[in-house]
Amino acid sequence: MSFDLPKAFNDFDEARQKGFMDIKHLKEEGKHIVGTYCVYTPYEIMLAGGAIPISLCAMSDEPISEAEKHLPRNLCPLIKSSYGFAITDTCPYFYFSDLIVGETTCDGKKKMYEYMDEIRPVHVMQLPQETESDDSFNLWRNEIIRLKERIEKELDVVITDDQVRKAIASRNEERQAIKDFYELSKLTPPPMTGLELLSVLYGATFKTDQQEKIQSIKDITKSIKDEYDSGVRKVDKDAPRILITGCPIGGATEKVIKLIEEAGAVVVCYENCTGVKANDEMVDETIEPYDALTRKYLNVACSCMSPNDKRIELLDRLVDEYQADGVIDIILQACHTYNVETFRIKNFINGEKDMPYMSVETDYSQSDIGQLRTRISAFIEML
Amino acid sequence: MYSIGIDSGSVATKGVLFDGENFEYKIVPTGWSPKNACSDILDSLLKSRNLKREDVFIVATGYGRVSIDFADKEITEITCHGKGAHYLNSDIRTILDIGGQDSKVIKLDRDGNLADFLMNDKCAAGTGRFLEVMSNLLGSDISEIDTLTQGASPENINSMCTVFAESEVVSLLASGSTKESVASGILHSIANRIVNLAEKLGIEEEVAFTGGLAQSQVLTDIISDKLSRDVFTSPHSQYNGAIGAAVVGLDIMKRKQKNKC
Repeated sequence: MSFDLPKAFNDFDEARQKGFMDIKHLKEEGKHIVGTYCVYTPYEIMLAGGAIPISLCAMSDEPISEAEKHLPRNLCPLIKSSYGFAITDTCPYFYFSDLIVGETTCDGKKKMYEYMDEIRPVHVMQLPQETESDDSFNLWRNEIIRLKERIEKELDVVITDDQVRKAIASRNEERQAIKDFYELSKLTPPPMTGLELLSVLYGATFKTDQQEKIQSIKDITKSIKDEYDSGVRKVDKDAPRILITGCPIGGATEKVIKLIEEAGAVVVCYENCTGVKANDEMVDETIEPYDALTRKYLNVACSCMSPNDKRIELLDRLVDEYQADGVIDIILQACHTYNVETFRIKNFINGEKDMPYMSVETDYSQSDIGQLRTRISAFIEML
Repeated sequence: MYSIGIDSGSVATKGVLFDGENFEYKIVPTGWSPKNACSDILDSLLKSRNLKREDVFIVATGYGRVSIDFADKEITEITCHGKGAHYLNSDIRTILDIGGQDSKVIKLDRDGNLADFLMNDKCAAGTGRFLEVMSNLLGSDISEIDTLTQGASPENINSMCTVFAESEVVSLLASGSTKESVASGILHSIANRIVNLAEKLGIEEEVAFTGGLAQSQVLTDIISDKLSRDVFTSPHSQYNGAIGAAVVGLDIMKRKQKNKC
C-alpha cells in the first residue's frame, strides 16, 4: 500500500494554501472564479457555466479588528471575518474572484453584502424564510434562474439545461463521495478522529478541480477503510461519541473539537454546513433540473428557516445512525437564529432522544479556551 | 487509606485530607502561583497525619488543576462540586456555586451523578471577583459584607458587567445613596444572576449553595427568598470542590484495591 494516510490528511489541510496558487494559474488560463460563502449557493450553475466556484475565507480571527471599523462588534465572527478578509485583501480567493455570490440567510450577512459589493460585485440571492409553500418554491427557483442569467452575462457564456444536468451529476458524485467518507465514522470505534474528519470536510471546500476533488476524497476513503480492515485502531473503542451540530465550523472554531478530543471523547458526526447539512440530500436527476435544484437547496436544514423542522428530522436520524453518546451545539456569538434554536434542540435531544446535550457559544478568539475546557471536560465526564 | 482533594480556585486554593470518615481542611490564597499554593496545601495536609506522598491518592480540580503536576488524577470542578455536595447531603439535586471568577449551576441525579450544568460565560459578572471589586470601591472588606448589609434596603443595580456596575455604584454614591444600601444592592444583583442561571437549567429540590460566597448568610437568605425555597449551606461549603475530589479519589483507591485482590 503506497498511499500515505497522514500525508493524505495533510493534503486536505494544505488545500487552502495550495489552492491559492491553483487559483492564480487558473485565472491566468482565462478561467472565471466565483466566490461563495454558504451551502445555499447552487454550485451547479457556476460549474455549468464553466466557472470555478470556491469557498471564500471566513474562519479566522485575524481580519476581525479591521472589519470592526465598519461593522458592529457584537456581530457574528463569521460575517466580520468574511468582510475583514475582503477589505484587507488578504483572501487570495476573494482577490481572484470575478463575482461573489451571497444569500440573504441572516440579517447580518445581507447588510454586510451591501458594503462588500463596493469592493467586488456581489450577487445576492433572495432566500425565502420558509420552505413549504409554492411561493417560496417559486421565489427560490426564480432566484436560481436569476443567478444563471447573471453568470451568463458576467462571464459571457450561455448555460444550457444539458450543462446544468451534467453539473448536477458531477456535484451528486461529489456529495456521494463526501458522504461515503464521513459515514466511515459510524464504525465503532471510528477509523479517524473528529479533527481528521473535519480537516477533510473543510479542506475539500478549497479544492478547485471538481474531478480531482472527487478522486482525492474517494482515495482517502479507501485508504482509511483498508487501514481499518488491516486492524489499525486510532480511537479508543470506549471513547464517548459526540455529534456536533449548529453554526458553520472550521478554522478558529476547531478549538472546540480539539478540547472535546483532548478530554477523551471523539467527534463522529458533523451535522453542520461543511458536513451532513450540505451533503445528505442529492439533487433529483430524474426531474426538470431547475425544479430539482430548488427542492434540494430549500431542504437545507438551516436555522434561518422558520420553522426549521428539517434540523430535528436530521438530528433524530443522525443521533441513532452514529450511535452518539452526547450532542454539542456550537453557536457563534451573536448568531441569533441558531442561538434561539438551542432551546428547541436541547428539549428534543434531552427529551425525545434522552441524551445529554450542551450548547457552547464562542467566537474566533482563543480567550475562552480555559472556560471551554472546563465545560467540555465536565460534559464528557458526565457521559 | 487516605485521599487528598485539592481545588485550585482563582482566589483561594482549598485542600482536604480524607480517611473515609473525617476530613482535615486547609485553605491558602492562590496568589500568583497556583502551583506553589498547591504544594503548600499538600505539605501541610500530609504533616497533619504524619503521612508521606506515596500514602495518599491525590485528585486535583479547579481552574489551576492543570498546573498540579503531582496529582494522580485531574477532574473538572463541575464533577467535583457535584460529588462534594452529594457527600455532604445526599438529598441535594441542584447546586448553585459562586466562586472567585465563575458561577455555575449543577444538577445531579438521585445517585449524585452529574445530570446537567450551566456555567457563566467568560466574564466575571456576578462572581466573587465582582463582589471584591465592589467592596474595594466601598472601602470595606469582603469578609464584612454581612454586617454591612444586615437590614439595609437594597439600591437597584442594573449593570451586570463589572466595569459598568462600578461606574453605576460611583454614581449612586455620588447621588447620596448609603454604603449599606449600595452593598445590599450588589448582593441582590449577584443573587439575580445565579437565580437566572438556575431557572434556565430548571431547579429540583433540595438546593445547595456552595463556593466562597456561600459564607455570606445575607446572600444565602436573598437567594433562598428569590427561589422561594430553602437553600442548604455547609460551614465547609468553600471546600465543596476539594471534598468532592477527595471522595472520588478514595473511590478510585478502593476500586484499585478490589481489583488487586
